[in-house]
Formats: sequence, structure tokens, C-alpha cells
Amino acid sequence: MQYQWDFGFLLQYKSLIGVGILYTIAFTIGTAISGLIVGCLVALARLSSFRILTAFVTGFIEIFRCTPVLVQLVWCYYALPILTGIELSPGAAAFITLTLYGASFFGEIIRGGIISVDSGQWDAGRAIGMRRHQLMARVVLPQALRRMIPPLVNQTVLQLKNTSLLSVLAVPDLLYQGQLITSASYRPLETYTMIAVIYFIILFPLTRLAYRLEARMSR
Amino acid sequence: MSEKAMIELVGVQKSFGNLTVLKDITLNVKRGNVVALIGPSGSGKSTLLRSVNLLTVPDKGFIRVGDQAIDFSTAQNLPGDKELSAFRARTGMVFQSFNLFPHMSVEQNVMEGPVTVLRQSKDEARALAHDLLGKVGLAEKASAPPDSLSGGQKQRVAIARALAMKPDVMLFDEATSALDPELVGEVLAVIRSLAGEGMTMLLVTHEMAFARDVADRVVFMRDGCVVEEGEAKQVIENPSQAATKAFLSHFHGGLGPS
Repeated sequence: MQYQWDFGFLLQYKSLIGVGILYTIAFTIGTAISGLIVGCLVALARLSSFRILTAFVTGFIEIFRCTPVLVQLVWCYYALPILTGIELSPGAAAFITLTLYGASFFGEIIRGGIISVDSGQWDAGRAIGMRRHQLMARVVLPQALRRMIPPLVNQTVLQLKNTSLLSVLAVPDLLYQGQLITSASYRPLETYTMIAVIYFIILFPLTRLAYRLEARMSR
Repeated sequence: MSEKAMIELVGVQKSFGNLTVLKDITLNVKRGNVVALIGPSGSGKSTLLRSVNLLTVPDKGFIRVGDQAIDFSTAQNLPGDKELSAFRARTGMVFQSFNLFPHMSVEQNVMEGPVTVLRQSKDEARALAHDLLGKVGLAEKASAPPDSLSGGQKQRVAIARALAMKPDVMLFDEATSALDPELVGEVLAVIRSLAGEGMTMLLVTHEMAFARDVADRVVFMRDGCVVEEGEAKQVIENPSQAATKAFLSHFHGGLGPS
């Protein structure tokens, strides 16, 4: 097959691509932050001694971990409004889904980090009269956080990749813009190659960072 | 007796599930006394020690340390985090596995209680930490990370950390059991000097010679009960109960002068 590669035409779509990059990064950062916040609450609920709360949150986590995020997105956008009567914009549905999906994974990472801290540390803190919140803030979390950072970075990498699914709801992320360009230019080869390269350029440094952090932790 | 007692336990009971670990323990430690808890593993001595500062909350019984007391038999509600913390702040505890805070320097470990719990200024706490580290012979290690210390040094830092709270009593839970034999002496020397200063101490130990020489009284426990209690030299050298004799017979040879 003889194919004439021509990436030059993509220049005329640079603002479209710019918008896509912006959406992808904004959704990643936004849902990473909101996911971390909800994830902290999830972890605390899972660690609490209120059985009902723990059971409820465990159920929530399992639902989000055991269904594909694409199904969650579609369900949240098309099915949830029928159930609740609340119309969600594609962006809002996507934001909520990715936040909760991220939270279910972030929450488990945070919980794992907290319970990995030796129980002797709790004993030692209690023995000098520290309150539970003081112990958490000054003894447990500083140690847990170091161990959580590499898996949190990895999960954020996944979170960014998952934003490509937003295109099915017509949120103008990088992949969706690629689809627009393809349908206008009939050049999917160059367009999707470029889209893949852009994802790679954004994510490669992040995965390197995760490796570095992991190496530093294991020292 | 009870008026002079610094630690008073009456009818303390504790079960974990079906396993009864403490069966109705009554024990007094007089102010300035050193009491050694001895007994086979699984006898409940560590659980008893942990009950004194409520790291293990008993099911039943009365516990008093200094002027703080909680009666678990009559209490309507179990004490909350705040009440437990206030109680524990008045007791010092040293663990077999040291449990130093690895993300803090030696000095910060010692300062943590005074700064976070007692709300002392950092300067005040640092001066106190400096004094205490000097006392345990580690003044020059103030800025070192705990990881860089030997086991004996770690345990001495742990003792300084506990002393920084100016506790009414000190509890030692097998403080030398995790140490290489050549490092045991330096930790025992610190405990011995605390005894000399009149610190009230309760210690779980397998160092029989040390218990005999430093403790005022020895309590022998087995299966969650106090089997024998008495003057240290008498219990260790001439126990009256068969169970105590059988237990101590494992240590002969290690019972030389210390």
C-alpha cells in the first residue's frame, strides 16, 4: 500500500486540538483533585467503626471497581436523569462519573497506605497521650503518604487515559476533537497518530515520575 | 496501702473474643517502687501492662494511676478518645519494638509529646529533649534519624520520649527483648538509674537477674492470674508456688550476679 503521509494539514486545526488538550488536562486535574477529596472520605469511612457506613462505602467502591468506566459514563448520562429527573450536561455527567470512579481507586490506595503503618506507631502515639486526629496528622499520614504517592501517580495516569472516554458523551476532549478533524479531513491515519502522540507526550513524564518515586521509596 | 499506691488495679478483667486474658487481677504499685511482672508468654502480663495506660481497655475493673482513676465496672459509657488520651499522657510507656517515629529526628521524637500534647513551645521542648537525651547518653544524636541508631540507642531514645511527658509512672513492655545481648546492658542501666531517682515503674521482663536486683517486688503471672507476688529477691530465689519454681527453673544459669 502506498500512502502519502501528510501531517501538514493538521496545523489548520490547531485551535481545535488546543481545546481538546485543554479539556483532557482540565478534566484530569479536576477529577484527580475531586477524586482525591472524595477518596479521602471513602478511606476514612472504610476505616471507621460504623459498620453501616463501612458497608455502604464498600458497596460503592465495588460497584465502581467492577463495572467499566464507559458503562458508568453512559449510565450516568442517559439513565440517571430518567431515575432522578435531573438533566445533566455531558460535562457534569463526565465529571461526576470520573470523580467517583477515581475516588473508589484513590480511596483504596489511601486506605492501604494508612493500614500499612505499623500498629506500634499507633501504640507509641497513644502512649504519649496523642489524640486520634493528632496521631493521624502527625504520625500516621506523613508515613502513609510517602507510600501512597507512587500508586496515586499511577492512578492519575489512568485517570487521564480514561478522559478519552468522554468523547462518547461529545465532551470536546482530545479524542473527540480528533474525531471531528477526521470527519472533516478524511485523514484518520495522521489525525489519530497525532492524538496518540499527544497523549504519550503528556503521560510519559508522569510515568517516569512514578518510577522515580517508586525507586526512591524502596531505598 | 492504697493511699501510698501510685498504681492501683482492682478486679481487672479482659477477654479477646472467647479468650480470657486477664482474670480478675488486683495489683498495687507503691510510689517510687519498681515492680517486675514475670511469667510465661501468653500469661497476660503484657496485656496487664497495657491496661495500666489503657492501650488495652479492660472489660471490667478499677484502674488508678496517680490521681486519675477509671472504674470500668460501673462506667456507663466507655471513656472516649479525649479521656483516654488525658489518662495516657500521665504515664510513660516503652515498647519491645521501640516504635520510634521514623519520619522524625531523635530530638523531634522526644519533643513530639511536649509540643503536640502538652502544648509547650518548641524552644522549651527542645531544651527538655536536650536534657533527657543527655540523661540517656545520646545528646550527640539529637539530629540523627532513628534508622541510624542501634537497638539499644533506639530504646534509650524511646525512654527519653516517654520521660518528656513527665509521667507519674513508667511502664516497660519487654524493653530489652528485641536487643542484641551486648546492647541489653545500656538500656538496663538507664532503667536502673530511673529506679535510683525514685521513678515508679512497672516492667514486664525476662531478665530475671535484673528483676531480682532492681525491682522491689516481683509478680508472677500465669494464665491470666497472679500466681505469686512478693519481695523480689524472695520470689526469684525462693518462690513458694510450684508454678513459679517451674517457670524460674528455665532461667537458672542466666541468674548470675548482674
